[in-house]
Amino acid sequence: MTPAERIFAAALLDGSRPVPAGLRDGAGGPAGRRFGVYRNNVAASLTEAMHLAFPVIARLLGKQNMDGLAGLFLRAHPPSSPLMMHYGAAFPDFLSAMEQLSHLAYLPDVARLELALRRSYHAADADPVAPADLAEANPDRLADSRIVFAPAMEIVRSRWPIHDIWRFNTETGAPRPRGVAQDVLITRPQFDPEPQPLPDGGADWIGAMQGGLTVGDALDSAQRRTPGFDPAPTLALLLGGGAVVSLESTG
Amino acid sequence: MSNTARTLTVASAFAAALVASSATNVSAQSKEKCYGVAMAGQNDCAAGPGTTCAGTSSVDYQGNSWKLVDAGTCMEMNLPAMADGTERKGSLEPLKRDLPS
Repeated sequence: MTPAERIFAAALLDGSRPVPAGLRDGAGGPAGRRFGVYRNNVAASLTEAMHLAFPVIARLLGKQNMDGLAGLFLRAHPPSSPLMMHYGAAFPDFLSAMEQLSHLAYLPDVARLELALRRSYHAADADPVAPADLAEANPDRLADSRIVFAPAMEIVRSRWPIHDIWRFNTETGAPRPRGVAQDVLITRPQFDPEPQPLPDGGADWIGAMQGGLTVGDALDSAQRRTPGFDPAPTLALLLGGGAVVSLESTG
Repeated sequence: MSNTARTLTVASAFAAALVASSATNVSAQSKEKCYGVAMAGQNDCAAGPGTTCAGTSSVDYQGNSWKLVDAGTCMEMNLPAMADGTERKGSLEPLKRDLPS
């Protein structure tokens, strides 16, 4: 940014700063209150973007609180990209740092879930592996293979019941959240991302495979932390959600 | 875990998961895009800010707006007839009727 642009940008986000010198209206007069209108539109549209981006957080906090919070956030973290669908990446950490919200300690993880849902929505398409190809694979070699996951797959780990909270605030008639920790798997089987709670150890297993381990080595790693972990239910969620693109055999 | 036990666990997990996922694929889980059935402002879209699709339909049953419905139900939905008495039907393709003026 040039020095003039820096002054303009700072004044745009801070109502206590003067209108940048040298701005003219259409008739050549000083821009004056026209700049104020523009300044207000920027803040109002980013506040609206935050409501659209984090509908569950907005619902949990109420419109007035969300408006206030968005006003603080948009000034601390103005958009760094014109792609507004990813706006708010810094919001979870911003929420963690808000002392007034420390009694709602689950909020940052719920915001992480909402961000991950949007990333999943906008991720590239990938054709899932054909069930016939899996059925024909040599069962003795499966443990030594590596799974290639769909770009739309996301994992959000939490010690809060974030899936229950998300459901309770998006689905009519959903059950009340239980007091449990929930890791969430997001897949995109059709058009929209679908969040599902993972069994204990499931996120460890998938995370280890994302880190490059084979199916078997990742299973060993998950079972060290969750003895007796059974990969079948997690694998069913992955396959049912179209999250497995291919299997690569090793060695 | 021994290598043999591990191979067995993984192989049986794949076998079980294949059965489970093929069962969910044929159940009512699957959805289809249905055009011309959503009330104004109620069309589906999870795209977030900066996009123009979610909740932007401005007339009821707008022909080029869609909603996700259970697969197989789109064409069978009962909708009120149009002002001139013509029957309204859902469609898997965008429609020319009920477009905002």
